[in-house]
Amino acid sequence: MQGPGLLSLLVWLPIAGGILVLALGEQRIGAARWLALAVSLATMAASVPLYTGFDTTTASFQFVERLPWITAFKAEYALGIDGISLPLILLTAFMTIPVIVAAWNVVRERPAQYLAAFLIMEGLMIGVFSALDSLLFYFFWEAMLIPMFLIIGIWGGPRRVYATLKFFLYTFLGSVCMLIALIYMYVQAGDYAIASFQRLPLTLTEQIWIFFAFLLAFAVKVPMWPVHTWLPDAHVEAPTGGSVILAAIMLKMGGYGFLRFSLPIAPDASRELDWLMIALSLIAVVYISLVALAQQDMKKLIAYSSVAHMGFVTLGTFLAFDIAAGTGALKGAAMGIDGAMVVMISHGLVSGALFLCVGVLYDHVHSREIAAYGGVINTMPKFAALFVLFALANTGLPGTSGFVGEFLVILASFKASFWYAFLVATILITGAAYTLWLIKRVVYGPVANQNVAALTDLNVREFIALGSLAILVLVLGVWPAPLLEVMQPTVRQLVEQLMISKLPG
Amino acid sequence: MQPTFTWSGVAPALPEIYLAAAICVLLMVEVFFGERRRGLTGTLTLLAIAGGAALTLACAQVDARVTLFSGMYVADPLGTVLKLFAFLFLALALLYSRAYLEQRDILRGEFYVLALSALLGVFVLVSANSLLSVYIGVELLALSVYAMVAFDRTSGVAAESAMKYFVLGAIASGTLIYGMSMVYGLSGTLRLDDLAARLTEAPSLGLVLGLVFIVVAVGFKFGAVPFHMWLPDVYHGAPTAVTLFIATVPKIAYFALAFRLLAYGLGGLTGSWTQMLAVLAVLSLVVGTVIALAQTNIKRLLAYSAVANVGFLLLGFVAGTPTGYGAALYYMLAYVIVTLAGFGVVVVASRRGFEADELEHYKGFHARDPMLALSMMVVMFSTAGVPPFIGFWAKLRIIEALWETGHLWLVIIAAAASVVGLFYYLRVVKLMYFDAVPAGLPATEKRTGVRFALGLNALAVLALGVVPNPLLELCERLLG
Repeated sequence: MQGPGLLSLLVWLPIAGGILVLALGEQRIGAARWLALAVSLATMAASVPLYTGFDTTTASFQFVERLPWITAFKAEYALGIDGISLPLILLTAFMTIPVIVAAWNVVRERPAQYLAAFLIMEGLMIGVFSALDSLLFYFFWEAMLIPMFLIIGIWGGPRRVYATLKFFLYTFLGSVCMLIALIYMYVQAGDYAIASFQRLPLTLTEQIWIFFAFLLAFAVKVPMWPVHTWLPDAHVEAPTGGSVILAAIMLKMGGYGFLRFSLPIAPDASRELDWLMIALSLIAVVYISLVALAQQDMKKLIAYSSVAHMGFVTLGTFLAFDIAAGTGALKGAAMGIDGAMVVMISHGLVSGALFLCVGVLYDHVHSREIAAYGGVINTMPKFAALFVLFALANTGLPGTSGFVGEFLVILASFKASFWYAFLVATILITGAAYTLWLIKRVVYGPVANQNVAALTDLNVREFIALGSLAILVLVLGVWPAPLLEVMQPTVRQLVEQLMISKLPG
Repeated sequence: MQPTFTWSGVAPALPEIYLAAAICVLLMVEVFFGERRRGLTGTLTLLAIAGGAALTLACAQVDARVTLFSGMYVADPLGTVLKLFAFLFLALALLYSRAYLEQRDILRGEFYVLALSALLGVFVLVSANSLLSVYIGVELLALSVYAMVAFDRTSGVAAESAMKYFVLGAIASGTLIYGMSMVYGLSGTLRLDDLAARLTEAPSLGLVLGLVFIVVAVGFKFGAVPFHMWLPDVYHGAPTAVTLFIATVPKIAYFALAFRLLAYGLGGLTGSWTQMLAVLAVLSLVVGTVIALAQTNIKRLLAYSAVANVGFLLLGFVAGTPTGYGAALYYMLAYVIVTLAGFGVVVVASRRGFEADELEHYKGFHARDPMLALSMMVVMFSTAGVPPFIGFWAKLRIIEALWETGHLWLVIIAAAASVVGLFYYLRVVKLMYFDAVPAGLPATEKRTGVRFALGLNALAVLALGVVPNPLLELCERLLG
């Protein structure tokens, strides 16, 4: 039993900070703002030792904390990180800062509660990524829905109620299926530790049922085609910060779930059903990219682009079996998962930044319609430069973080099958098309109307928020080694684990 | 057995004796001082409850099981714990409802006396070890509650629902005693422990018939479909302060009724009654959840939610294992804690001449009273079974007990009902947080004492959800 440590601090510090911000209330909003910023910065600072102290030579869990939690369920308060969860935790700790900075004096209605909701959610999300006990995982996973539900519902757009109810019900339905699978395995394994589930021998039929139960939960979250329809609604209606967190972190939980639960717990079912996952991913990449091309609403366009990019993630995740069967080399099989992880991190930064950009425009003009803009570069040169950078990163331009992950996934799909690579590479064309077309219509050209003419460029606050994201996007683009180094031992071990059948006897 | 009267022969029953004495004293106080000092009886009742809780704790049976009065009465740890919770829940219910009663000019001592006699009924049931004491407990509780529902003499709706409750309740009592007489006739004993020892073989047809009547009565008391007809009308028609009471404290008694009578006394027939209860449970889940979707009155909404929750609770009994009973106990306690806060908000939000019982009244509630709205939101998410609130663990425990006994279909139905039910709980949150405030609603109650207690209650829903271990382990130890 190891007592509470750094991870507990990362989970509970933002939650406690959020409650304090809530207690300060709307009357003392000035103090509440600074407190919120201080808490988010402190959380970020506290996450740095996770990275510097992380041992990249081992695949086992680090910074482990174990305390008895619920003896009746044999569930533990167990936290720990490995190479898969560390980058996502760092991403979470980082992305909350621009959200708070961007909301500074833009959110006028109940701002203290807005900030508090994001802080509480940050803690819960870090909890999701660091939980080693599936019941604790589920606890955070579900609890996180409540602040998001309120964020979209209170601060959202005109159809916010519809969007937020749809979001909550979709996710809850998927989660309940996952819970039933967890209980099923608990009855067999005797406790809720994820590691015991991974060791538990299961017949193919059992694995397939469990796989589908997890699929419902994670596919909704990712979201995969055809259960993605809540996402455009939620994104369009959510306030800027909500969209950022939704795109940057929440979607990644689906991908994380596949890596942490589906693959290692049901490897044989994953092998049997990888064709299905690959097919759904390819549909997401090819078809949803075309859908994105037809959007009139900037947020919707980025939302669909998210679905397409998350298609990369699921594709990379489930390529491993085909590659291992085709080449016999585990190194190649790991490449797809490596790529999926890098896409997740990169997409977290890029899509978050794009939503922030749209938020900046929306704050001035109060429209998300592409047609309401044009020639923004004339009035907002600094903004335009950053917006174009993020858009190019979104298309996977070499030198940006977007390139690294997509390249790895495409390379891996070549190893699996030429046709996978052929189909998935179409995003290089369609993705560039919808993003560049968006840029052309919004940023370039002559000033379209008075609203655009009245725009003023980024203030210091916005510039810092977007600029720091831009630096990260570029750094990861030219030097992804630190990220890859951290996760490679874990991914390698995961792939080895996948190749060992869990069928009993 | 020799009918000798010794101190040790009555000592374990001190809580009941004390309570009966307290009722008499309070009745006298009301007669002599009640007119002059309106709130006196209420204050004394709370003191009496505190004293009773201390006394119960003092003569608690730690792990022994003692039977008294020729086996009519049993004192065991389960009984002690249930009585302590009953004291606590009653105290909270009375605390929340005081201002409500005052503003409607029905703050009379009789209300408290009736509440205490209902509590005595709960206690008798909780400690029953004989078919007769079960019946006495049921009747004492029921008669007190009928009178409480009709307590507001000027309200026609209340009188109507009391009448409805009384007539249907009388039929249920009739079926209960009819079933008991059959069981007695075929087994030759009234004592539950003897019944448990004797009924070990496959039951005869007559016994099963008797069992059917008993299960019907249990289903009626809980408000399980298809015996739920009284429940929404009574919840809706009764003054909200009374609804708060009947939605919470008697649940302890009904749990005890099901546990002592079915799980313990008729434990030999588990195979038979679990099947009957399974039907009731599934119907309650489905009907309660679906009808709740269409409600526009929050009292009726919570009533149908109660029906659905009863379905869940009964599923714990359907599992037919100690884990299942423990899960049902935990579910009941969790449900009562949450419901106290839920109806507590409704009571506190009501003012003189204004009942905050339509869902419309909760539009923009957050802007009018953030603290009450937050409490109500906690209640809604907890009842829906969303972590980090206590309701989640209660549901999980039930589902787990069902999985362990291989009731796959019940698990699926329970999970599906939770998802559908989520919608109407979310609708209340939506009204409170996302909608604008309509004009013309009066301010809510501002007494700090009540609000503090209510806040603590809502906080307990969260705290017991984050740290569920103590209560879960207690239930486990009592029944597991």
